[in-house]
Amino acid sequence: MSGFLAGLCVAVLPLLAAGFWLGRRTARPRNLGDLGTPVEHATFQTLHTASLAAPPLRAGLTEETARKSARRLRSLLGTDALCLTDDRRVLAWDGVGAHHRDEIMERLAGPLDSGRGEAFRLACEVPDCPVRWAVVAPLTVDDRVHGALVACAPRESAVLVRAAGEVARWVTVQLELADLDDSRTRLIEAEIKALRAQISPHFIFNSLAVIASFVRTDPERARGLLLEFADFTRYSFRRHGDFTTLADELHAIEHYLALVRARFGDRLAVTLQIAPEVLPVALPFLCLQPLVENAVKHGLEGKAGTCRIRITAQDAGAEALVVIEDDGAGMDPALLRRILAGEVSPSGGIGLSNVDDRLRQVYGDDHGLVIETAPGAGMKITVRLPKYQPGVHSAGRLPGE
Amino acid sequence: MNSAYTVPAITLVVVATVLVGAFGLRISRTTSDFYVASRTVGPRLNAAAISGEYLSAASFLGIAGLVLVQGPDMLWYPVGYTAGYLVLLLFVAAPLRRSGAYTLPDFAEARLASQGVRRLAGAFVVGVGWLYLLPQLQGAGLTLAVLTGAPDALGGVIVAVVVVATVAAGGMRSITFVQAFQYWLKLTALLVPALFLVLAWQGDGAPGHAFDEPAAFREQRTVRVDGTLDLTLREVLTVTVSGTVDGRALHDRRLTLAAGTHHVERGTRLAFPRGAAVPTAERGGTRGMSTSLAAGREERPLYATYGLILATFLGTMGLPHVVVRFYTSPHGVAARRTTVAVLGLIGGFYLLPPLYGALGRLYAPELTVTGNADAAVLLLPDRMIGGLGGDLLGALVAGGAFAAFLSTASGLTMAVAGVLTQDVLPSRGVRHFRLGTLLAMAVPLAASVLVGGLPVADAVGLAFAVSASSFCPLLVLGIWWRRLTPPGAAAGMLAGGGGALVAVAVTMAGLPGTGGLHALLAWPALWSVPLGFLTMILVSLATPGRVPPRTAAILARFHLPEQLRAEVKA
Repeated sequence: MSGFLAGLCVAVLPLLAAGFWLGRRTARPRNLGDLGTPVEHATFQTLHTASLAAPPLRAGLTEETARKSARRLRSLLGTDALCLTDDRRVLAWDGVGAHHRDEIMERLAGPLDSGRGEAFRLACEVPDCPVRWAVVAPLTVDDRVHGALVACAPRESAVLVRAAGEVARWVTVQLELADLDDSRTRLIEAEIKALRAQISPHFIFNSLAVIASFVRTDPERARGLLLEFADFTRYSFRRHGDFTTLADELHAIEHYLALVRARFGDRLAVTLQIAPEVLPVALPFLCLQPLVENAVKHGLEGKAGTCRIRITAQDAGAEALVVIEDDGAGMDPALLRRILAGEVSPSGGIGLSNVDDRLRQVYGDDHGLVIETAPGAGMKITVRLPKYQPGVHSAGRLPGE
Repeated sequence: MNSAYTVPAITLVVVATVLVGAFGLRISRTTSDFYVASRTVGPRLNAAAISGEYLSAASFLGIAGLVLVQGPDMLWYPVGYTAGYLVLLLFVAAPLRRSGAYTLPDFAEARLASQGVRRLAGAFVVGVGWLYLLPQLQGAGLTLAVLTGAPDALGGVIVAVVVVATVAAGGMRSITFVQAFQYWLKLTALLVPALFLVLAWQGDGAPGHAFDEPAAFREQRTVRVDGTLDLTLREVLTVTVSGTVDGRALHDRRLTLAAGTHHVERGTRLAFPRGAAVPTAERGGTRGMSTSLAAGREERPLYATYGLILATFLGTMGLPHVVVRFYTSPHGVAARRTTVAVLGLIGGFYLLPPLYGALGRLYAPELTVTGNADAAVLLLPDRMIGGLGGDLLGALVAGGAFAAFLSTASGLTMAVAGVLTQDVLPSRGVRHFRLGTLLAMAVPLAASVLVGGLPVADAVGLAFAVSASSFCPLLVLGIWWRRLTPPGAAAGMLAGGGGALVAVAVTMAGLPGTGGLHALLAWPALWSVPLGFLTMILVSLATPGRVPPRTAAILARFHLPEQLRAEVKA
């Protein structure tokens, strides 16, 4: 009996889950119950249908989005057939009379050229074909005709012409929004390109000065430092790919710290605690080095003794948790907030706001920097890096084991 | 069995696992040297970790139990569990690593760019994970019950609580050192007692008859029947009975039973004389599962064997806790090397359980009657060596068994909780991860209390069948076939994996009883895997317009070695 019960549970659980999921998907305004008058009902119904047709169109006018939205649009217009075209071919045909596709495309040349709607009679050999008239409403975005919405009906109707025009205008708005999304994505990509690979000019000057000071007294050391400098700049200026691995980024930090140590000697003590499992994690290029640079700067500022920096990378399920900590001067949280918001530019270096912006753009708003600090209390910066994020692939190679 | 040594051994394993998980990183990886800090995990260490997480209760206890009850036919289990990695190595390991996916749903999204398929894959990860967790908890319950006489469910509850507490608190995340340590612990726990047992067997004159003829009692032995069962005798047998046999209540009476089937009520004590052949037992009533699968196997041995082979060969690649470990390899080639090393480590380990099974046939044949065949590994040291030595070796085996439950259960809980948090529960965050962990463990715990006596190796076989029918087509076609579409993948997973899942549920409920239909449902892989592949291919071919736009680039990334790709881009 207990075996039967358990089997029943196993069988029922997926069903329950599926039901829950379906329920959540469909339980939007459909169940308004006894709310309002029939007119209000009709209004709700129309608005609901329109809102359902909107999301696919937000992705632009393609065969797939047209197919998804055509059904909703047809029920909105209440016609026998509805078709969406781009400027060359029919993208989706919903309803009866699909044999008119070619004929409609031929007749569309005019409206697509002029950008004005029209209605025309369809020539049809099929005796009981319910589709006799077609109403064309072009979809015009920024003075360019992207395609047309064609509603087909048994007879000519002024109401249908008017309604088709209105629906076409509504579709146009969605397409404009799609255009807007598109340009926003392009803007973000451009921003990422602009933000990446900015190493601080101060750092370059200081490094070269330090190397120069060793050239006479300790030529071997100067040579070593120059090689470190070359490695670091090669990494910073490389052109392929926007992403790297945690292992590569750590190497860059190593070269960077070697150069800093040459300047400050024993005043810098670095402790590392890196879980080997997270070394292959892909992350935006040069997004930890600025944080270390920041820690070095704050750690050495206004303090005579040793600055301790601690870099930790932990495995946390589907994410890697990177923490960079210093015991330096810290910062006023209010000032930090203004720096991150871009209201004040920090003194020297690209600093935290750049890294914060890039992390948010790549991983979404809940993956920005988390900073804990107070004046005189050091600073602790936490970064959460998802192990997998669509579109994030490191182009770099990992060193062999 | 003396619990004075086993309880401390188990406690030690649990505490050591938790402590190493909590402090291992701090001790092993605190350095100021970048060279040390950025050393990736080598193939051999990662392979030990994969093996540590993979070798579960089914491997540690179940195989020996099945060999004991049903003889050498059951050697297909260890063969299948190992050969799964060969398939993984040939078709999946390197491309999967290069895809950058951490979990199976990640892979579905990376390959098909579809949220729907991602969610479906997540649902199957949860299903397979729960099915696989169930035998771990049962194994723990059995171990504790046999060793200390605790109630059946207690061991499962202990494992569940320890795993949920440590995983939710953030310890025991997939830490390579801990898992690798678990592998060596499990190997030691089986290998050292095995050496002593073989020596004891040699000292006993190396009897070998039990390997080819029906098992027989080597001395007089009293057996207490825990559940109502039907005994089938091949010859006339005289036993001393206290209890109810064939409806007659007897007290300490000698009874001569004719050849044929006899009904024995629960609680009956049977004393078998020396040299008597061990009867075959068929469970009736409540604990219907354990022999129902075996009955299916007896009726259609060839079909059952092929079903098992297909499920284990193809199911390994879809085990959620194994897949996430490949992410630790730094690149595709390392993932392949890791898999080769896994083959060696697991192959070596699987030499041992059949040895225990064979010795069990000689020295503990009555376990087939009591239905606790899975306990053979635990009882043998006491039975064959006895005394302090036997107690200590028994404690070692018990510790190893608990290591097996803990490592596999924590890996699975992590995987299931991760999917629940990411794809099922509404929003993300640490609190939701804890909720996910709780949910991931609560369902199989409840099921393990309900289902009762299910042989652990068979239960794991069912999990493999579901995984082979859903994820194998997705992975193999996703990696090797460019015309796969999201609707095709979804339909294939639903048809193959869904079919297997329904078959498993029906089998667990014990619905069809016996016959051809029962064999079909108890060993679903033979029809559900081809069904999954076929549906995926046909629906993909029917929806050519839905091939993801960047398929060529994605497949190039899967198959080109990283080094080459970096050079091409530079």
